[in-house]
Amino acid sequence: MSLNVKDLPDEHLFTPGHTACPGCAAPVVVRNLMKVFGKDTIVYAPANCLLVFGGTYPYIAWKVPYLHEAFENTGACISGVKRAVKKLGKDSLVVGVAGDGGTYDIGIQALSGAAERNEDVIYVCYDNEAYMNTGIQRSGSTPFGAATTTTPVGKKIPGKTQNKKNMAEIMRAHEVPYMATMSIAYPKDFLRKAEKARDTRGFRYLHVFSPCPTGWRHDPALSIEMGRRAVESGMWTLYEAEYGRITDIYKPKRKIPVKEYIRDQGRFRHFTEEMVDKLQEYANHKWKQMYGSLPEEKPE
Amino acid sequence: MVQSIESKKMVVTGDYSAAYGALICDVDVVAAYPITPQTFIVEDFSEFVADGLTDAEFVKVESEHSAMSACIAAQAAGARTFTATASQGLALMHEMLFVAAALHLPIVMPVVNRTLAAPIGIWCEYNDTMPERDTGWLQVYCETNQEVLDMVIQSYKIGEHRDVMLPVMPSMDAFILSHTVEPVYAPSTQEVADFLPRYQPQAILDTSNPMTIGSFAPPEYIQEIRYQSEVTMQKAREVIQQVNDDFAQTFGRDYHGLIEEYRTDDADVVLITMGTVTGTAREVVDEMRGEGKKVGLVKLRFFRPFPLQELRRVAENVEAIGVYDRAMSFGSGGPAFIETRHALYGLDIPVVNFLAGLGGRDVVKEDVRLMFEKTLKAAKEGRAEKDVVWIGTRGVKP
Repeated sequence: MSLNVKDLPDEHLFTPGHTACPGCAAPVVVRNLMKVFGKDTIVYAPANCLLVFGGTYPYIAWKVPYLHEAFENTGACISGVKRAVKKLGKDSLVVGVAGDGGTYDIGIQALSGAAERNEDVIYVCYDNEAYMNTGIQRSGSTPFGAATTTTPVGKKIPGKTQNKKNMAEIMRAHEVPYMATMSIAYPKDFLRKAEKARDTRGFRYLHVFSPCPTGWRHDPALSIEMGRRAVESGMWTLYEAEYGRITDIYKPKRKIPVKEYIRDQGRFRHFTEEMVDKLQEYANHKWKQMYGSLPEEKPE
Repeated sequence: MVQSIESKKMVVTGDYSAAYGALICDVDVVAAYPITPQTFIVEDFSEFVADGLTDAEFVKVESEHSAMSACIAAQAAGARTFTATASQGLALMHEMLFVAAALHLPIVMPVVNRTLAAPIGIWCEYNDTMPERDTGWLQVYCETNQEVLDMVIQSYKIGEHRDVMLPVMPSMDAFILSHTVEPVYAPSTQEVADFLPRYQPQAILDTSNPMTIGSFAPPEYIQEIRYQSEVTMQKAREVIQQVNDDFAQTFGRDYHGLIEEYRTDDADVVLITMGTVTGTAREVVDEMRGEGKKVGLVKLRFFRPFPLQELRRVAENVEAIGVYDRAMSFGSGGPAFIETRHALYGLDIPVVNFLAGLGGRDVVKEDVRLMFEKTLKAAKEGRAEKDVVWIGTRGVKP
């Protein structure tokens, strides 16, 4: 019933030839979203990697109308486009694609406003857990302990001292018609949620976990794997909600230790056992929050 | 579409005039956020929508930054848009003002001139709009509520002109206009529709003809884009005059374009004023003329584009010029003064700057008289005692 990867149209609305880093999840996110959303879509991107790798004048990877204005205003810009489209008697889908900095931090006000007004738009956050475009600075999404250029591993302070903000729950609390968390490591789930967002009216929020080999310092070939381990360790949860009520949670078949998730990522390379324990505690807390209880420990 | 409304005489505030102007210009999308003393504009427009006078989309955004962002987006999608703000709200929009202008989106935004904190205040000062003079917006300062309404209509006509395609900021003095009722004649929606045709954008976000607006651009292209903004701003000079003349012919009210002169023909000195102080100054001119003093007045209407040649032409026939400013560019002088001197470069006459009415302090006839007297003295002596004179400032000798 729901879309399969093989059902997607061949035509790219976000074309090859863009300049994203090898292994970047963001173009995978937008390319596939656009295949679901279709040609009658208008896209807004604030300041983020996507703005830059999507095309520098006179080149552009977008085959649909595409707008950029600034950084902190995605919620407002997609509202403006949609209201104009509606007033002019059309019904194009209007989509904003922001990064985590543009969503968790500088863009949260405009996002919250648009959600509260229940604007008829789709807001997509591709979350790579730092300001990657400007050179890997920490954001509200950066996990505990991760090294970024503004949370360096110093002699005194080893990386970020705070936990990742729970942005998806903030958006669920807005009780919008539809919100979902997604990952490129789970394509079927990804496409189903994209389709559901496309076919829902009112404000829709899609939050996609997007590994970044450049910022996380992992092998570009492991991006999908990082996405999978994030879910299996409890560092990221796939779920969806309608009007604030959770309608589905994907529970991985096994729970892996956080150590397995952070192992291949340079941003966690400096972790002491104590730091691993602290991050494990966070992942356990999230797991309990989302799935009710931790799986029973199997005897050695 | 706006409902058909007959022409009428109203007794309304400056804020109402601005909102009513937007209504009869049949705007498609409004995105606005309330701020004193602009609040009546959003309230009045909300009532127009609630009463079904228009089916315009009204995006009640959560900040002025979002108001301008949404207007830019809606205008880029092909709509005629409207917003309004003041002071802190304008400052919050600052970043987006550049975007609106550089993307050539003819948004119209009345600004109620209010002091920009600190100290926080709500009364008239031009330190909110003056810092925005380099954003690429046209700026026009109004003297009456009638002028506010008329300039909203003219702003769309000027901004949407194919040779201009720039956003316009008609502004009015806080409270003195925004909250004070005056008789205002409003044309009918049909008369406005005849004067102001539907917005015909050349490039919009439309899925039947996809294009990118606001692309990331390298140094190979940006300088030419800046030059284009300057070319269109220069073109606006002619368009402003043309629209003024068309408007005068159609509606019978002539604002004379970039500047309006009063008794300058045989004047020895002239004072340049902006906004509502002009009305006070007109009376002072009459009084001083009665005393045999040959003084004249220039109402500086447009600040962008700045009336360089018009002021130079006036200055060529006088012995000294006084320039009134309601804002200070600290470490230099008032913005109108700085620009006037630039316009008058090479003319050997004294130019004196007067700072008064900051933070909303009343500028009364005695203050204006003092400005004229100081300018007359400068004319007589061939030089100004001081370049920048602060009038009515406690502890400061003017």
